[in-house]
Amino acid sequence: MKFMSRLLVIVAKLLSGYSVRWLDCQPDTCQRIYFANHTSHLDALVLWASLPHDLRALTRPVAAKDYWEGGPVRRHIATSFNALLIDRKEIKVHQSPVDLMIREMGNTFSLIVFPEGGRNSSDEMGRFKSGLYYLAKKRPDLELVPVYLDNMNRILPRGEVLPVPLLSCITIGEPIWLENGEGKAEFLRRARQSIIDIREATT
Amino acid sequence: MQLIPNNLIGFFEEPLESLSGVLDNTSLLLLISCVLGLLLIASFIGRMLERQTDDRVNIAVVRAFNHRIRAWWLMIAILVVGFVTGNTCTVILFGLISFWALREFITMTPTRRSDHRALFWSFFIITPLQFVMVGMEKYGLFSTIIPVYASLLIPARIAVSNDQKQFLERSAKIQLALLICVYALSFAPATLYLDLSNSHNEDVRPEGLLFFFVLITQLNDIFQYGWGKLLGDRRVIAPNINARRSWEGFIGGAATTTLVGALLHSVTPFEYWQAALLSLVVAIMGFFGGMVMSAIKRDRGVSDFGTLVQGHAGVLDRIDSMCFAAPIFYHVAKAILEHSDKVTG
Repeated sequence: MKFMSRLLVIVAKLLSGYSVRWLDCQPDTCQRIYFANHTSHLDALVLWASLPHDLRALTRPVAAKDYWEGGPVRRHIATSFNALLIDRKEIKVHQSPVDLMIREMGNTFSLIVFPEGGRNSSDEMGRFKSGLYYLAKKRPDLELVPVYLDNMNRILPRGEVLPVPLLSCITIGEPIWLENGEGKAEFLRRARQSIIDIREATT
Repeated sequence: MQLIPNNLIGFFEEPLESLSGVLDNTSLLLLISCVLGLLLIASFIGRMLERQTDDRVNIAVVRAFNHRIRAWWLMIAILVVGFVTGNTCTVILFGLISFWALREFITMTPTRRSDHRALFWSFFIITPLQFVMVGMEKYGLFSTIIPVYASLLIPARIAVSNDQKQFLERSAKIQLALLICVYALSFAPATLYLDLSNSHNEDVRPEGLLFFFVLITQLNDIFQYGWGKLLGDRRVIAPNINARRSWEGFIGGAATTTLVGALLHSVTPFEYWQAALLSLVVAIMGFFGGMVMSAIKRDRGVSDFGTLVQGHAGVLDRIDSMCFAAPIFYHVAKAILEHSDKVTG
C-alpha cells in the first residue's frame, strides 16, 4: 500500500506537472477542510499528492463512490490515496454525507472537498452545494482553506480517458471560517468568492 | 540462425565505441574541459553574488544568472551522458527535452476542449515518432513527418471533433508548437548521423559537431546580451516585442559568435571559414528564435514560459535559439560535407 501511494504521487506529478503555491496560508497538520474548484477526475488525486508528505498521510479526499468503485483498478487507486467515498445517488436519512465526513475525520484527519458537487466543464465555477456550510456549522473549529486548481481541465477534461500532460498550478489561499450568524447562502457565496479571488490574484 | 539481431548488439557496443572515440579526440576533450572549467568559475561567482546584500547587487539579475548556469550544467550533463552512452541515448534525451518544451508551449497557448485528442496525438504519437525516425536515420521521414503529415492530420483530427470555432487558429497553434519544439529541435541530435567520412579533419567525431552547435548557440545568446548591455539599448529593433534586443547587440553578438566559431573549428569537420559561416548562420537564426519566442510571450502576456508554473524561466526560454538554428545548421553542414566530397572525389 505504501508503495502504491508513492507511485501515485509520482504519476500525479508526471501527468499534471503541478507546482504548488501557498498564498497567505502555510502547511499545517491542524484539521482543515480544503475546498477547490472541480473540473477533472484528476483533481482529488493531484491536490492530495501536492501536499507535503506528513500532511498527505492525514488528509483524505472526498470522492464520488460511483466513479471510484467502477472496477478493481479504480478501487485500488482510491484506497491508495485514502479517499473517502461518498454515494451521490443514494443519500440515506440517518447517514448524510456530512455526518459521514465528520465521523471519518475524527480528531486527526483533514478533508479535501469539491463543493460544486460534480465536475464543471464551463469556465465559470458552478454554484456551491450546501455540504460545506453544514460541515462548518457542525465543526466550527475547522479551518476552511480555499484552493484554486488551474489547467486541470485541459489535462483530463470531462468525458476523456487519455490525459494530455500539460503543466498545472495549485494555489492554496487564506483560510476562512463561518462567521457568527452568517446565513447559508451568504457563506457559500463568500466561500466561492474566495476561490475566484485566488484565481484573480494569480493571473 | 541468428539469436540476437545485429542492431541489438550494436546497441550494447555503441556506448563503448563512442566513449573511446570521444576520449581519443583530444581537441573535443580539451574543449569540454574548458567549458566545464568556465562553468565551475561561473557557478562560484554566482554563489558569491548570491551572498551579497540587496544594495550592492540586483537580486533579480543574480537569480537569472544562476538559473542560466544551472541550465548550462544540465545541458552539458545531457551532452556528456549522451556522448558516453551513445547516439541512441542522446536522441532519447533530446526527445525528452522536446516533450517538455512542447508541454510548456501548449500550456501557454489557449486550446479548446475539442483539441484534446489532437494534443494527445501530438504528445504521444508524433513527438516520439519524430525522434525514433531521427535515431533510425530515416531522413526522408523525419524531415517530412511534422511539416507534411502532421500538418494535414492535425486539422483533420480537429475537424472530426466537431467544433468549428477558431479552427484555423487552433490548427496553426498546434502546428507551430510541433514545428518549433519537436521538429526543429530534432535536427540537433540528427547532426550526430551526418556522414563525416570526407571531412577536412581526419579524427573528428560527430559528437564534436553537436557540442560545437550547442556551445555556439549558447555563446551567441551571451554575446548578443553582452553587446546589447555594453553599447546600451540605443536602436531597439522591435520595442513592442522585446525591449532589450538592439541592432548593436545583434551585430556585435553575431560578429563575436562568428569569430569564436572560427577559432573552435578543430572540433568540427570544417575549415575555419566554413565553421565561421556556420556560426554566423547560427547567430542569425538564434536571434530570430529569441524574437519569435518573445513575440509569443508578449502576445500571451507572460515574461517567461516558466512563469505560470515555476516562477522562473522554463526550458523553452533556454532552447529557443537552439530550436531555430538546428535545422539550418544541419542542412548547411550537410551541404558543406557533401560538396567537399565532390571536390576530393
